[in-house]
Amino acid sequence: MIPAQFDYVRPGSVAEACRELASDEDAKALAGGQSLLPFLRLRLAYPSKLVDIGRLAELKGVHERGDHVHIGALATHDEVMRSPVVNAGCPLVALAVAQVADPAIRHRGTFGGSLAHADPAGDLPAVALALDAVFVAASEQGEREIPAAAFFVDYLESSLRQGEILAGVRIPKLGAGWGFHYEKFHRTAQAWAIVGVAAAVRRSNGSIAEARIGLTNMGPTPVRAHAAEAALRGAELGDQVRRACAEAAAGTAPPADLHAQPDYRRHLAEVLTGRAVRAAAGAG
Amino acid sequence: MTVQEVGRARRRKEDAKLLTGRTQWTDNLSRPGVLHVMFLRSPMAHARISRIDVSGARDLPGVVAAFSGQDFAGEQGSLPCAWPVTEDIVIPEHPPMAVSEVRYVGEAVACVVATDRYRAADALEAIEVDYEPLPAVVDMRQALADDGPKVHEAGNKAFSMKLTSGDVEAAFRDAPVVIDRTYVQQRLIPSAMEPRAVLVDTDGEAFTIWSATQIPHVLRVMLAVVTGIPEHKLRVIAPDVGGGFGSKLQVTAEEVLLLLLARRLGKPVKWLETRSEGNLTVHHGRDQIQHVRLAADADGRIRALRVDLLADMGAYLMLLTPGVPTLGAQMCNAIYKMDAYEFACTGVFTTKMPTDAYRGAGRPEATFVIERVMDELAAEIGVDPVEVRRRNWIRHDEFPFTTISGLTYDSGNYEAATERALSLFGYDKLRAEQNDRRDRGDPVQLGIGVSTYTEMCGLAPSRLLGAANFGAGGWEHASVRMLATGKVEVATGTTPHGQGHVTAWSQIVADALGVPFEDVAVLHGDTAIVPKGMDTYGSRSLAVGGVAVVRACEKVRDKARRLAAHLMECSPDDLEFEAGTFTVRGTESRRTIQELANAAFTAHDLPDGVEARLDSDATFDPENFSFPHGTHLCAVEVDTETGMVRIRSYVAVDDIGKVINPLIVDGQLHGGIAQGIAQALFEEAVYDADGNLLTTTMADYLLPSAADLPDFALDRTESPATSNPLGVKGVGEAGTIASTPAVVNAVVDALRPRGVRDIQMPCTPERVWRALAAQEREGGQG
Ligand SMILES: Cc1cc2nc3c(=O)[nH]c(=O)nc-3n(C[C@H](O)[C@H](O)[C@H](O)COP(=O)(O)OP(=O)(O)OC[C@H]3O[C@@H](n4cnc5c(N)ncnc54)[C@H](O)[C@@H]3O)c2cc1C
Repeated sequence: MIPAQFDYVRPGSVAEACRELASDEDAKALAGGQSLLPFLRLRLAYPSKLVDIGRLAELKGVHERGDHVHIGALATHDEVMRSPVVNAGCPLVALAVAQVADPAIRHRGTFGGSLAHADPAGDLPAVALALDAVFVAASEQGEREIPAAAFFVDYLESSLRQGEILAGVRIPKLGAGWGFHYEKFHRTAQAWAIVGVAAAVRRSNGSIAEARIGLTNMGPTPVRAHAAEAALRGAELGDQVRRACAEAAAGTAPPADLHAQPDYRRHLAEVLTGRAVRAAAGAG
Repeated sequence: MTVQEVGRARRRKEDAKLLTGRTQWTDNLSRPGVLHVMFLRSPMAHARISRIDVSGARDLPGVVAAFSGQDFAGEQGSLPCAWPVTEDIVIPEHPPMAVSEVRYVGEAVACVVATDRYRAADALEAIEVDYEPLPAVVDMRQALADDGPKVHEAGNKAFSMKLTSGDVEAAFRDAPVVIDRTYVQQRLIPSAMEPRAVLVDTDGEAFTIWSATQIPHVLRVMLAVVTGIPEHKLRVIAPDVGGGFGSKLQVTAEEVLLLLLARRLGKPVKWLETRSEGNLTVHHGRDQIQHVRLAADADGRIRALRVDLLADMGAYLMLLTPGVPTLGAQMCNAIYKMDAYEFACTGVFTTKMPTDAYRGAGRPEATFVIERVMDELAAEIGVDPVEVRRRNWIRHDEFPFTTISGLTYDSGNYEAATERALSLFGYDKLRAEQNDRRDRGDPVQLGIGVSTYTEMCGLAPSRLLGAANFGAGGWEHASVRMLATGKVEVATGTTPHGQGHVTAWSQIVADALGVPFEDVAVLHGDTAIVPKGMDTYGSRSLAVGGVAVVRACEKVRDKARRLAAHLMECSPDDLEFEAGTFTVRGTESRRTIQELANAAFTAHDLPDGVEARLDSDATFDPENFSFPHGTHLCAVEVDTETGMVRIRSYVAVDDIGKVINPLIVDGQLHGGIAQGIAQALFEEAVYDADGNLLTTTMADYLLPSAADLPDFALDRTESPATSNPLGVKGVGEAGTIASTPAVVNAVVDALRPRGVRDIQMPCTPERVWRALAAQEREGGQG
């Protein structure tokens, strides 16, 4: 389809971009365009102005920072997927990014764009939530940090304010002993997740010491499976894990759409959480 | 020695330009001063248009004109239906642009003509329309209820037809086995890679229409009939066309309206469909409810088959709408012998996009119903599904065979194709693994599905089409011209839109005339360059058009022989023709066909009665359809915890008669099988209860990609067709026709021990999971 008319600016710095966004409440940042352009073309969004941040060097790259990995908002999915820093410091991110869309989209879509878009069907929000990532927002006033748990507010709504840009995301490194898995359930290779499960699991002596589980597309925002996490603490692989994972959908309000009704999504969340936890625990 | 071209896996001449983006899609074409058209489409499934005001759009910058249906009311005519399948069929008026009532979401109600597409799109939002809602009619069974809302004044039944052969009642009476099932063919959206596009230019009197169409020749005739513009003032060009699958076998509202706009404005006008617009308004495919009953003896021998179809026409009858489901009349009995047969079909109007031909057109539906019910029969009597088919199929020594529905199958060998398929598939080993998984209660179950299909293609003997009330003939034309320099130009009446005719025809001509493959050019898709043709659909191009090419080559050769005999002063009978050279038998005296072409060009020394130029035309009209057949086997793994179906292996052994180019044949099968699998597992056009299409984007209407499909193991057996001199049958639709039931049979086979005996298509994970859950609630065995 054809988008409605809009203005276009390409600021030379983050400060300038923030100014552009702050001065016009209908302006929108444009990163990789892989979500925003379809919205424009379907006339689901009518921004007055696109502020193209795509070339801002300050927002690019993946950086090793000791206790965390800093992923610049403009790092593309492909770059993140291949980054040795990511694969060593936060492998769950690499595992999930590799399952986003297809190579063409991964070369254009950005890590920050995926998170700022706050689509609960996106694969990365649940990962960021599971890993307790810290979001760094830049504005004319400077930077502020937003914990993942406070970042996703509602369907397609983050806690970024008008005039703020997501500059990057800090992913805390989990120490030794952790295993990871991202289980994506979708009908075709290029389709979005019907349900996805991001799992980080620490094992000790054949049982699970700690588990962090983020769920994709199980509500208007990505959610943590707190009940399952609690039930998994100390669970032994096998029946105990299975029983614990049956709690995965507790408290969720999954959507109904053409691909799945809520009861099926709940069922999937339970099955897939079991699989993700077992895989993360190295139990296949 | 020259290499024989026919049978060689030549790479396609078409591909270099396709792969390097040097194609002439209609959207790549323009004319000076071209104006862009966008349509405003109805958001209501059914409503009276009580007011429409386009003046707001007219005032916007860049807008040249805006019109509503009222503005065309006197001149737009009615879109044609060329296949009135019964005497009393109801063919409602079908205005290209709605005037007073809309009957499906997406129906055009107004248009804007502007200097660019963006302005035209913006201006659509300034058009005001008041709709008075009328009830939507979405469900076929409800549509047929007496007191329900009507789509058209004449009611919701378009037609009813029935074919009976043998004493069906008697055959069912005390039959030891009776199977009674109802299957649903979901609605599909043909998704050609290239969306539709139309460009029309005029010199004030005559019109050139470029359209992404499969049928420039048919379109020219129909545009003349619909608009009253004389046929000789119309030239239709199908430039490069990026796929059709039947969806571009249509006379569309947009083609008619663009022509009328060009006439009214005296300017070139262009329209390019968006993908969502296409999902709404490209004619849809399938959409049937199939009630099937089968009577058999205890050993599985079929006594009788009874098929009763409800076919969703959508809101109007388009070019072939009613003919598609009724093609099943001759096809539901498939490869099987039986004592009696009945086929009935009722066409039903609903407030949805009209349906029409989609790859296979009637045969996939028919094949599905019979191949699914054969599996049910096998299960019922506890016999292997392949064995049940064996007990019923026509044996190879029984051809030619006149079937219960009245067709005469000329050739085939179901035993050979099936044996080959079973061995390639490793049938016994997979059955063993299946049993093992069942015994172990493996959460991932294995299912095996078979489909032993046949189909009718090579549309078609004109005589038979006439008998079926079809509005045109089924002949095909070719013109073969040797140029002064010895190169060859072929003008074919077929209209390839991805099939590779340029390559295949070059191979045929290279052998027939003894010229190099590279020396042959193939022209097509332009009514001024190829004045005669019936275009491409129904797997007809090779079996009809290819044969016309052969015939034209034979005439060229005959003429060359007379000329050679004249020049070398011998009798034509003394000449041997081999590898493009005529030799006087037993001498060194020879002339190449290229030399003869030049002699015919200079015309300095022609024998009496031989005209200048070495060229000829031929028209071929087949005596009979052709009947490809084959055996497809599919193994699926069904994850019973999530419902996910994964195809593990797929074997197709097809008998399509003689093969011109195995690479092209494999390509057709790959694409065809993919499309059939897509119906089985992925695709579904969904309307809600108010008649809104919910699957308007590719995020909702799921097309599989290569990543979702297995490797296909392909092989062939060969029983040449006897109905044409090439011995060819056609392969354009075979893969689609065969594969859908093979896949669904496999899915059901995996779950049968758990009491499941059908999953409605597409077999989505959710549907599989729900079917299992329902059985579990009922306590297992069903
Ligand atoms: C066919 C298709 C399939 C896809 N499949 C998947 C999938 O399976 N899984 C998945 O996770 N994603 C999928 N995506 C989405 C893809 O991951 C996008 O890259 C991502 O959603 C958005 O990133 P972007 O850089 O393209 O952002 P854009 O489209 O440019 O922007 C998206 C939104 O975020 C805002 N924004 C972007 N960057 C910033 C920033 N730095 N600060 C503030 N706001 C910002 C924009 O204003 C806009 O509102 C798919 C996309 C397509 C087209």
